[in-house]
This record gives sequence, C-alpha cells and structure tokens, in this order.
Amino acid sequence: MNTEPLLRTGALAPAAGPAPLARMVARQTRIELRLTLRNGEQLLLNLILPVLFVVVLVTEPFVEIDGGSRSGFFVPGVLALAVMSAAFTGQAIATGFERKYGVLKRLGATALPRSALLLGKTGAVGCLELLQILLIALAAVAVGWRPHGSPLAVGILVVLGTAAFSGLALLIAGTLRAETTLALANIVWFGLLLAGDVVFPLSKFPTAVADVLGYLPTAALAHGLRAVLRDGHGLNAHDTLTLLAWAIVGLTAAARWFRWE
Amino acid sequence: MALDAGPAVAIDGLVKRYGAVTAVDGLSLRMPRASILALLGPNGAGKTSTVEVCEGLHRADGGRVRVLGLDPVDDARRLRPRVGVMLQDGGGYPGAHAEELLRLFAGYARRPLDVDLLLDALGLRAVARTAYRRLSGGERQRLALATALVSRPELVFLDEPSAGMDPQARRALWDVVAALRSDGVSVVLTTHYIEEAERLADHVVVIDHGRVVAAGSPRELTDAGTDAELAFHAPADLDIGALRGALPGGPRVEHRGRGDYAVHGPVDPHLVAALTAWCAGADVLIDDLRVRRRSLEDVFLALTGDGAAP
Repeated sequence: MNTEPLLRTGALAPAAGPAPLARMVARQTRIELRLTLRNGEQLLLNLILPVLFVVVLVTEPFVEIDGGSRSGFFVPGVLALAVMSAAFTGQAIATGFERKYGVLKRLGATALPRSALLLGKTGAVGCLELLQILLIALAAVAVGWRPHGSPLAVGILVVLGTAAFSGLALLIAGTLRAETTLALANIVWFGLLLAGDVVFPLSKFPTAVADVLGYLPTAALAHGLRAVLRDGHGLNAHDTLTLLAWAIVGLTAAARWFRWE
Repeated sequence: MALDAGPAVAIDGLVKRYGAVTAVDGLSLRMPRASILALLGPNGAGKTSTVEVCEGLHRADGGRVRVLGLDPVDDARRLRPRVGVMLQDGGGYPGAHAEELLRLFAGYARRPLDVDLLLDALGLRAVARTAYRRLSGGERQRLALATALVSRPELVFLDEPSAGMDPQARRALWDVVAALRSDGVSVVLTTHYIEEAERLADHVVVIDHGRVVAAGSPRELTDAGTDAELAFHAPADLDIGALRGALPGGPRVEHRGRGDYAVHGPVDPHLVAALTAWCAGADVLIDDLRVRRRSLEDVFLALTGDGAAP
C-alpha cells in the first residue's frame, strides 16, 4: 500500500459531477450482462438448458404431442421458457443476492439514478433474450424448424412477457431473503416448465385445469408465440391481455413493495 | 469548484425511527466545509442512522437536514454526484471483480480519479481480479473507500471506515482523510475508536441513545471537565491533611502508595505553585510532577456510561 500519490496536494481536490445519463445506463447494462454471462448457473439456466430442450424435445419422442410438427409445438414453448429464465428466474436470483450484498443500497448513494439502474437491468435482460432467441433459433433451424408469422408480433409478445416476468422477479427479490428468492425462483421455473405449456401440451391436463393453467404467464407466452410462429396468426387477445395483466400486477406490486436493502 | 458559503452539513433536531425504536432523537450539529467531523459513540448510538439520513438513503422522521445546502432526499439528483459514501457494509455486485466495481463507480462521475492510481494506492492491485464476494473484510473496506473517493466528491461520509482494517491500512486511511481536508474536502466519519477521532477530527460529536452528549474539538472536550489531576512523586510519608489545607479550594489529595500522589480537581498554575510552595516549606523534594489531562477516552466513557468515570 502506497498512498503517496493520493497525498500530493490537489490529488483529491473536488471536481464532482455526474456522468451523462446515457453513458451510465450503457455501463450499467454492460456490467449486468457481463456478470450474468460469467455466472455458470445463469448460463445453464438461460442458454444451455433451452438449447438442449429444443434439440432433445424436437428430435426425441419423449413427449407426445397432438399431431402437427414437433418443432412447431416445442420451439415457441422453449422461447417462452427462455424469456422466463432471463426475466424471472435469473433476474430474481441476481437481484436477490445484489440486495443481500448491499449493492442496491450502495448504488442508491451514487450519482446513478434508480431509473438508470432499472433501465440497465432491463437492457441486460433484453440483450440476453436476443442472444437466447438467436441460439435457440439456430438450434431449432438445425433440427428442421421453419418459423412463420410476423416478427413484430413475436417482439410484442416477448416484450410483454419480459415486463410480466420482471415485475414478478423484482417483487420476490425485493421482499424476500436472497436464499428464499433463490429457492422460490427455481421452484417456479420448474413448475412452469411442466405446467406452463412448455414441455407438456396443456391438452394433456383435464380441460378445467388446462383453462386455469392457460392464464399462467409462461403458458400465455408459449401459446401466443405458437399462434404466431407455427400458425402464422397475429396476436390473440387472450394471451396478449393475460400477459399485459401480469405485467401491470407484477410491476405495480414490485413498485409498491420492493425494498432496496 | 466554487466554495459556496454555508456549512457542509447542518442538522437541526433530527429524529429517525425504525418502527418502535427511536434511533436518532433530536440530534443537531453543524459542520464547516473542509473540516473533519467525527461522530463518536458506542454501537447502536445512532451514528449510522444519522449518516444514512444525510446520504439520502433514509428520510428523516423529524427535524431538518441540509447537506451542502441541499435536502438529501428531495435534491438527491443534484446532491449525490457531489458526495462520496463509504457504507458500513460496503456493497458490491457479488460476482464483480474489485477493479470492475471501481471502474463502474468511476463511470458514474464526469471526471473521476484514475482507477489504476487508486488500486495501487489502496493496496487493491493484488485483488483487482478477485470477485467481491471473495474479498476479505479489510479488502472490502479499502475498495469501499476507493469507491467513495473516485468521483472527486466535495463531501465524504465514511461509516466506520477503519473497521476490519489492519494497522497499516488504518494508517493509510488516516493519511488519506487528512489529505482530503487539505484539498478542501469535508469529511464526516463515524467511529468508536477514540484514537481515530482524537487524531483526525477538527470537531468531535459524541452521540449516545440518538442524542448529542458532547461536542467540540478534541481539546475542548478533554479540557472541559474538572477531572484533570496533578500527579507527583515524593517521599511516602507526607502529611496529606496538611497539604490539602494548603492548596486552594481544598482539593482531594490521594496517596496511591510508594510515594505516588495525585491531586484531583481543576489544575491551574496557582495549584501547581501552592503545591511546590508547600513542599518547599516542608523541605520535601518532588522528583516527578505531571499534569494529567483527561483523555478523550475518559470523556467518552464518562459521557456514554459504558464505564465508571475516571
């Protein structure tokens, strides 16, 4: 330790001022994304498992579907799973531990506005989703997937799904202990993998149950994406409004109850 | 940077409650710019609560707080870029490297300090690529100090900055704090190390149970009381009663054994003169005479009731 350079006259003279807001948001996005891509569990959850699911579910007859192309059913489901992994499970776990390690409190005492912190988080989730969609699509095309429909409709569904999952992620990460958040986020991920129209078609459930499960955000996103990507339809009201409702409820509740420390 | 007038920190009647617990109970203080103020108090005295209200992390439940003339919560967007903060528990992305974190904080500032210079100066070069969650307590403290300085702030809040630091790092911290003041930066630090307050601070505010129990320069605080003593060594058979009668005000005289005596009470030149005159009259040679002032520690313990008064 050699503090001498700091002790020279004027070395610590005040020259304070905030960086431009856009630069702060860009840097925040970059570090959030870099930390996610560095974390082995996040990579497994967000990239490795979805790509693996696409290849295995499309090529191996583990799960029967009700006719039609296997890739047409499973690829939209896995895309919905990937959005849930990035925006809900991954974001909840990361944010929960950031709270535990005091980073959110510490950032609250810097020039970084909270809106810029949240924009950075959202930007990082968005970049991760683009990477997921690219890798999943490449793997899917390699096993014979041919997408249909409007990319704009896909984009709107992904944005709505991201908003819905982010609200829920911030709600649990901002109110529960990090360890509880970790457990809950994983349990919910697994539950929705099975009951969210991702690997098991909802038609396998009794009709009454399937109708209820159809309101889960993962199921709405998977179903909505399937209508576009497999059937070439536009946005359907049921799935779009379901996601919108989850987004409003989740983000409102998170804004109300999120605690920074 | 123009030096606008007015105190760096002005607190009037601050009240901060957490549920049923009142952490700060009507605290007031004023701190001039380019000075060092130490908030001294036992654990749970309300030091951190006071500082965190000033940092805008919590809203006051009562009273008025102005930091660089601004409201810490309502004017946060204008105030935060001008203030450097070292929280008691640090704070960092668990997976981020020390250098990455420091560069992130540097990126919030328009003209940050050189990150490499800070890493070297604060002994963080060796852990530059170590994840935050793997840093030791002392390393986290040094990184937290670096993040507080990197934006070239006008005012720095250091909450228990030397906790967990080894003696070398503590020494470096003290040098840096003194350098901050020389460069015109105002520094508020909380501590329960009396030595730290005594050595560094221009102004010490002793807090207990959320209230100010004493305030002043270290010298003023140690001079203020009447507990100074005049200690001397002489033959062990002095007539203490006669001595007491010869001294102004009849102070308490104590023989602690083997010729060690102490006269308690306000020590002034008249007392010393009267003591030496009496000894000369009795043909007694004093072979050691000292005025022992109260240390800040004596003041602190007496005020905060954590020990018997000296």
